[in-house]
Amino acid sequence: MTVHAEAHHGPPIANQSSRVDSSTLGMLLFIASEIMLFGSFFTAYFFVRVVGGAPEWPPHPFHLPVFVAGVNTLILLTSSFTMHWSLQAIKRGNRAGMQAGLVLTLALGLTFLLTQAREYSRIGFAPHDGAFGSSFYGLTGLHGAHVFVGLTLLSFATVRAFRGHFTPEDHRGVEIPGIYWHFVDVMWIVVYTTVYIL
Amino acid sequence: MINPFRSEEEAYRFLLVTVGYFAAIAIAALAIDKWAGLAVFVLLTLAGVVYLVRARRAEPMRQTVSARRGGENEHRILVIANETVGGGLLREEIRRRSEGYDEHVLVVCPALNTAVRHWASDEDGARAQAQERLNASLARLREAGLDAKGEVGDAEPLQAMEDAVRLFGPDEIIISTHPEGRSHWLERGIVDAARERFAVPITHVVVDLEAEQGSREPTP
Repeated sequence: MTVHAEAHHGPPIANQSSRVDSSTLGMLLFIASEIMLFGSFFTAYFFVRVVGGAPEWPPHPFHLPVFVAGVNTLILLTSSFTMHWSLQAIKRGNRAGMQAGLVLTLALGLTFLLTQAREYSRIGFAPHDGAFGSSFYGLTGLHGAHVFVGLTLLSFATVRAFRGHFTPEDHRGVEIPGIYWHFVDVMWIVVYTTVYIL
Repeated sequence: MINPFRSEEEAYRFLLVTVGYFAAIAIAALAIDKWAGLAVFVLLTLAGVVYLVRARRAEPMRQTVSARRGGENEHRILVIANETVGGGLLREEIRRRSEGYDEHVLVVCPALNTAVRHWASDEDGARAQAQERLNASLARLREAGLDAKGEVGDAEPLQAMEDAVRLFGPDEIIISTHPEGRSHWLERGIVDAARERFAVPITHVVVDLEAEQGSREPTP
């Protein structure tokens, strides 16, 4: 018979769940909190839109650049495609493909952000111009901030990719920013459809 | 659970589905009128819910395989028991299965809780009680000449088992329960569920502590 009784000193050992690894669980919890954050902004937006009782939307004299934002949407969707391509490339051992995918994703994300900044400068109203202006800038600005965070994560992944950190077996550093990037794109589809189209 | 953000691949697929979903709503609203857009929204949402419910039912159970640890002559036994470790039947079973091996026994005591406290995440008391039961169980095993280490597990016995399977890497699992009808609400159906989930031999030992105590009591 073997004795395995062990004395443990100090604080209790952290409880550990084995269903999901900690980094993915962290990203899932983060995304869950983000959904709640966006949810509060959408609630404010729909409150203004529905309860405000404006006869037309956007209310007169506001006008939204639907076409430019549509092109921007295509740019962001393309960046999700290049992100996916990047991860598929490293899974197949194609390091150059992964690097190209990450650089393209970064470039497209940056283009989206600059186009949005340009849109803000020409749109003709400001956040303080009534409830519509506040909710519009609140929602699109919140999303823009998320794109910025996504670009930061992608920058780390890109630098690491060029330093040879990722392999077909170990590429979590690309996968986690990828999940976040697709989440940011999903949120933009919701924002674009509800704010610009409908 | 179906989670669209479990991996990059699933997140990408979810993005494509989202694009299709909102494109259909926008086209209906712009091409016909806003009520058509609302109808498409309701229809697609209902279809999505039905799909998710069906997919969840059809999702094959992931079998957790225990990673082999230790040497050739080592036999690792995971015992899941709430308070029945003290039962003579279980002690005998552990002894029989470890005979001739350099055995490693891990006793996991799930921190079983009442339904209200479980859903309110009020588990400190349950963990303290489970720790007491575990200490008593380990003492009884030692009295019987069996040395084992033990730990308090998750409130859900299946989750406690999965944690232990991954960290301890058992060769077999012994689940000890009270007789049917006297089990805790979190323990019901645990043996069948464990057999579905874990690719490790599982033995179910029913310990009737009341009957054992009754048989030990001297007759007047």
